[in-house]
This record gives sequence, C-alpha cells and structure tokens, in this order.
Amino acid sequence: MTRLAVPKTYKLYIGGKFPRSESGRTYEVASKDGAFLANAALASRKDARDAVVAARAAVKGWAGTTAYNRGQVLYRIAEVLEGRRAQFADELVRTEGLPAVTAEAAVDLAIDRWVWYAGWADKYAQVLGNGNPVAGPYFNISVPEPTGVVAIVAPQAGPAHSLVGLISAVAPALVSGNTVVVVASQAAPLSAISLGEVLATSDVPGGVVNVLTGSPAEIAPWLASHADVNALDLVGAGALDWVQLQMDAAETLKRVLIPEDGADPAAPSLDRIAAFTETKTVWHTKGLL
Amino acid sequence: MTIDTGAGPRSAATTRGAARALDLLDGPVTDTTLRRYLEGIPGVDAVGLDQRAAGLGTRSIKTTSKAMALDRIIELIDLTTLEGADTPGKVRSLVAKGITPDPSDPTCPRVAAVCVYGDLVPVAIDALGALHAPRSREAGTGPGISVAAVATAFPSGRASLRVKLADVEDAVAGGADEIDMVIDRGAFLAGRYSQVFEEIVAVKEACRRPDGEDAHLKVILEVGELVTYDNVRRASWLAVLAGADFIKTSTGKVTSNATLPVTLLMLEVVRDWHRLTGEKVGVKPAGGIRTSKDAIKYLVTVAETAGEDWLQPHLFRFGASSLLNDVLLQRQKTKSGHYSGADYVTID
Repeated sequence: MTRLAVPKTYKLYIGGKFPRSESGRTYEVASKDGAFLANAALASRKDARDAVVAARAAVKGWAGTTAYNRGQVLYRIAEVLEGRRAQFADELVRTEGLPAVTAEAAVDLAIDRWVWYAGWADKYAQVLGNGNPVAGPYFNISVPEPTGVVAIVAPQAGPAHSLVGLISAVAPALVSGNTVVVVASQAAPLSAISLGEVLATSDVPGGVVNVLTGSPAEIAPWLASHADVNALDLVGAGALDWVQLQMDAAETLKRVLIPEDGADPAAPSLDRIAAFTETKTVWHTKGLL
Repeated sequence: MTIDTGAGPRSAATTRGAARALDLLDGPVTDTTLRRYLEGIPGVDAVGLDQRAAGLGTRSIKTTSKAMALDRIIELIDLTTLEGADTPGKVRSLVAKGITPDPSDPTCPRVAAVCVYGDLVPVAIDALGALHAPRSREAGTGPGISVAAVATAFPSGRASLRVKLADVEDAVAGGADEIDMVIDRGAFLAGRYSQVFEEIVAVKEACRRPDGEDAHLKVILEVGELVTYDNVRRASWLAVLAGADFIKTSTGKVTSNATLPVTLLMLEVVRDWHRLTGEKVGVKPAGGIRTSKDAIKYLVTVAETAGEDWLQPHLFRFGASSLLNDVLLQRQKTKSGHYSGADYVTID
C-alpha cells in the first residue's frame, strides 16, 4: 500500500513559537538540481520587528542566568542535535546535494562546535576579564558582559554552510548571554528551521534565538537600522550592499562584524565570543591594611 | 440604543448633580426609583458588543492618518503614577515627561494631564509652573497641562463618606483641576444604588472651589469588579445621572481593566445621554492600554460611536503610564523610517 506523503510546513521561529510570516508570503525551496523541496516563509520587515521584540524581551533572563547554567543549556542543544543527526544530514543531502558521507561529517562538525562553545560559557570571562593594576587602594576589575540583541546574516552559500555556517555564527553570540535574530541561508533554509525545532525542544528560553527565512537583502537593512539591535554580524552578507548596512548600523552605534568569505566562515574562535561583549570596569575600595 | 423617556429637552443650565436625574426618574431619587430606572434598561447583547468592538479593532490606520493618531493619543493621555512608592521627585520627572515627552523632537505634543495621588498635587502644580492650566473645560488642545488627583479612598473606596469627602476637599484645596473618584462597588453590587448616587452628588459638591469654578469629576466604575456588561451599563447611567463629567473604566489596580468592548459600551451610554439632553460627558479608559496599536483602536471606537467631537481632551482621555513610551517609539519610527528602541525613551 502506498502511503500519502506528509510534507512538512517550514515556518519562522520567533519568541519560541513557529509563526507563519505576518505577510502571508512563502517562497519555494529547491534542491541543488532544481527539484521542489518545500515552501518556506518569506519573512517581512514586520517579522524582523517582532523577532527583535522577542529577542529584547529574552535578554534579561538569558544574560541573567549563571554562566555555568548557560553552558549546560548550550550543551543540551548539542545533545538534542545529536539525536536528530539523521534528519539534519538528510536535509543537507536534499538541499545542498552533498554526498551522504560529507553531510554526516558536517552535522558532526556542527554538533562539536556547539559543545566547544558550550564549554566556553563559564570560562570566557576568566580569559577576557582582568584585574587591572592601579596605583591606589582599589580593586580595579574588568569583566565582559553581553552586548544585548545580535542580528546575524548567516552564511548563504557554500558546502554545508546552511548548517555549519549558521551554527558557527549563532553559538558564539549566545555564549555570553546575547540573544539572536538570525536570517538563514535564503537558498537552503531547511537546516535553520529544523535547528529552531531543536532549540524549541531543548532548554533554551523562547526568544533567545529567533530564525527568519527569506531574503537577506530585504530584511537586513531593517535589522541594521533598528535602534533596538545592539550588534550586527554580517558574516553571510558578502553578496549584499554590506557597506550601506554598516553605515545604517553606525547611526545607532552598533558593533558590526564584516562579511567573511572562504570555506569556513565564522570559524570557531574566542574572538567571536569577545566580539559581542562589552567591557565593564569597576573600581572598589580595599582596606588599607 | 437610545432610551426614550418621553422627557422633553432640558435647559443647559440644569447640568448639576441630581437635577439630571429628577427629570428621568419621575420622582425623588430613592433606591426604588433608581432601581426601576436602571434595571429597566435593556440588557447588553454581549456577543454583539464583543463583535462590534472586534470589528472596530480591525480598521487599518496607516501613514499620515497614523501619524495624526499618534499625536492625538499623546494629547489625550493622563500621564499617571499611582504607586505607594511615589516621591516628589518621581512626580517632578513625570511632569517633565508630560511637558516634553520626546526631547529629541520639539514638534511632539504635550499630554493632557498628569494624574497623581492627592497629597502630591501641590508638587505637580509647582513642577508645571506657568504650564499649569485646566484642560478639561474647553474644547481643543492647548499648551497647558492640568493636574488630576485620585480621591475617595482610591482604589478600594472602602471608607466612610466623611473620609472620602475630606480626601476630595484636600485635593481640591491643593489645586487639583480634576478629581478621579471611585464608586462604592460594594453598595452598587448590593443594589444600594441611591447610596452610590448620593456619594457622587456629594463628591461633586466637594469639587466646588471658592472662586466659583469647580474641579472636573471623573467617576471610576471599576468595571473589573462589576463583572457583567449589564452592570457596567447601569453604573454608567447612574454616574451620568448623578452628575459625572467623565466616566472612567477602572483604577488600574485590579486584574481586569479597560477593554475595548467595555469602553464601547460606556461610549454608547455617553452618546445616548448626548442625544437625550445635549450634554457631553467624557469617557476615560484606564489601565491595560500599553501599545499604540491598542490606543488607535480606541480612537476609532470613539470616532465611530460618540463622534469625532469626543476626540478632545475635555471629552476623552487615556489613563496610562507605559502607553506614552510606546507611542513615542512609533512616532520615532514614523519620522525616521527605522525602528526605534527602548534606549531612546526615558525609563519611568
């Protein structure tokens, strides 16, 4: 007996929920050789606005959890990802046309990166912070704190970029307690939406990661000029007019990371964690004895 | 719905207190006559009311209309702080915000009034200085801001009439232009309508000033405690009959506050009263209106129910505190073309 296919509806991930685009628009996602795969939501500026509202609301809770707890939550994402390896590998095969072996290796790499960044959650402050020498009876301490809401244009095209590139860009921003609005790869958004499902079923509070699918050229300018976004990661915006985005971002003093080309954009590094932190320096008197 | 009592048109002079009621009730104001009248009012079609309100909420207000609506919302706000922890400093900063809601934009209009507890009225008046002006008496929007005070054992209203009147007299003596009183919900729900009536009349008397002017009286029905739409309609009529200048939904201190259907219902009462007597009574939804989107729905409802005449500070107000910031953010978005954020408005 032939079974009726149950095609999956790919929606946005905003504030812990999976809404359709408020505009009602969708676009067709095709495989490498042009075959129809799915309809994905084509996010509008108002979806981006809603995502920023959700991300802003989540900052206090996420940044306020202890570093140890945040590490646990991030590690839990890797655990859930591990359980869905087959699905993610399958999506890479279907959307990007990768050989199965390559796709599985890419999923493993993505999971390992979550684990790597999860480990940093209660360690980066020791490395980036400092007890400063001062000529007086004071402690003078610098500590990194999360920047706030980070908007990310995920890597768009390239082998396995739709998963590995996405995770490499999102994970480091989360480590210090930022919340994220990410615009997924336009051509291959399925991994990003499935990642949203992973996040929704792990311990990440709603709104900490918000996934938009659609046209970065349409959405990115709204995120770049949005006064409630604190930082902008343009890692996957190489094909856009990213200098203009940088100028828009400057109007509201955002931190900006510029696009990266190459085989492994947003390769793991402590710098990517440091990029979305602000340094707070406190003076504290100490006894004269 | 218009209630036709057969009473002829009344002279404009008989606007005060019980005079309004005598014509309608056909007799002295007693529990019996009030009950006969109020409980004779047809019941509210709750489903129809909710649907009508939901329908009014779907109107699309965009671009220049939206810009005008946002400015008008600001002009209609009673900027409110009613916390136990209110300090003179808090009231001064509230007044400063009312005068200059958006320091980055000099074209931003001022709010209609600030609303505080009675003991802080002198602080608010002092902080307003030359900008202190009663806004409740004449049509149109002016440059001044008036001072409203809550009184009569706000928010519960659980005190003797003597205490309530002393509360009102204090606030009026302090210079309040508007008094927000609460009705005795306990008496209303127990059916002692005349007690509620007499209290409103007495408070209205206490609002008189030696100079002949009087403080405007807003009567808070506290709809969240009246439970049914029928009760809200009866309480609205009761307040209007007793001489209220404004009827106000709620104190903001209980879980259920202003909603669009309840405000629509009160606007219908006000509209009917206007048709009946030619007098205009104001409406003030308060509590729970936090976004520009919600506030615009109220503007649509007012214009469609009572008429555009009512979209003026002497006939319609929003009792709100956090609404102003959201309106300012929307305003900044409209002006600049990009989304604004909470870092660009003050923390209250």
